[in-house]
Amino acid sequence: MRRVMIALLAGLLFGAGLVHSGMSDPARVRAFLDLLGGAWDPTLTFVMGGAIVPMAIAWRIRRRLDAPFADTSFTLPATTGITPSLIGGSVLFGIGWGIAGLCPGPAIADLAIAPVPAAIFVTAMLGGMILHRLLPALPAKQPPLETSHV
Amino acid sequence: MNWAGAMPLAGLTGGLLIGLAGAIMLLGLGRIAGVSGLIARATGIAPGGTPWPIASAFIIGLPVGAWLIALVAGSVTTRFPPSMTVLVLGGLIVGFGTRMGSGCTSGHGVCGLSRLSPRSIAATSSFMVAGFATVALMRVLGVSW
Repeated sequence: MRRVMIALLAGLLFGAGLVHSGMSDPARVRAFLDLLGGAWDPTLTFVMGGAIVPMAIAWRIRRRLDAPFADTSFTLPATTGITPSLIGGSVLFGIGWGIAGLCPGPAIADLAIAPVPAAIFVTAMLGGMILHRLLPALPAKQPPLETSHV
Repeated sequence: MNWAGAMPLAGLTGGLLIGLAGAIMLLGLGRIAGVSGLIARATGIAPGGTPWPIASAFIIGLPVGAWLIALVAGSVTTRFPPSMTVLVLGGLIVGFGTRMGSGCTSGHGVCGLSRLSPRSIAATSSFMVAGFATVALMRVLGVSW
């Protein structure tokens, strides 16, 4: 129960941060990606900068820990192994991101702000995820996990 | 450059909240706050990985946190694409691509870059370049919104 509450708190902060930073506004995200439009919006660079600082500190603290505070082990994806599906999938994601101005986090957060268009996008996104699961020819859905037990 | 419309301070503080959320997931639960993976897990599309209650609690937190901050702020600007086609096409490609590429802006972008993970650096560069190229191409083709 404690772990569920921690995850909920993290989700709350994440959702609040997305809206506060303007990243829940698809047109603003697209204005960042729009280099030819003459009105480039740099806000996303500040968001990334702001988010990377606490995360970089957290990675440093993690090195000194044998286990996370509320669980028995770290379960983290591998950092190496640049595969065709990693690059191909990321390129596809970038195309969809550019088309609609939405990535998964803001799309879910926007269910509370603009329910109708957000729900249409999220439904299509889940459809795309299911499609990927159904296609057996595309391997490496999950990178190998690096687990360190206490 | 559109500095008048930009929100550097709100971007920075909102970003700090996002990074704090990622730090809580990492140091509290030993996991990556990667939204695409957690959505796939919460909906059962991904069969394994993060325990379902944890993934679901995080995903439920996103709209609730958004709603709470919108309540405090009074009004929030969200300008969605006006076309159903754009929403559906974008959604399908984002869903497929994030699963194939094992992550999105949060997992690869925020968590992976700050870890200096070569995989995440490669993934983030790929989706950034693809995003810039797509918006530029849409502008050239006259289908920008």
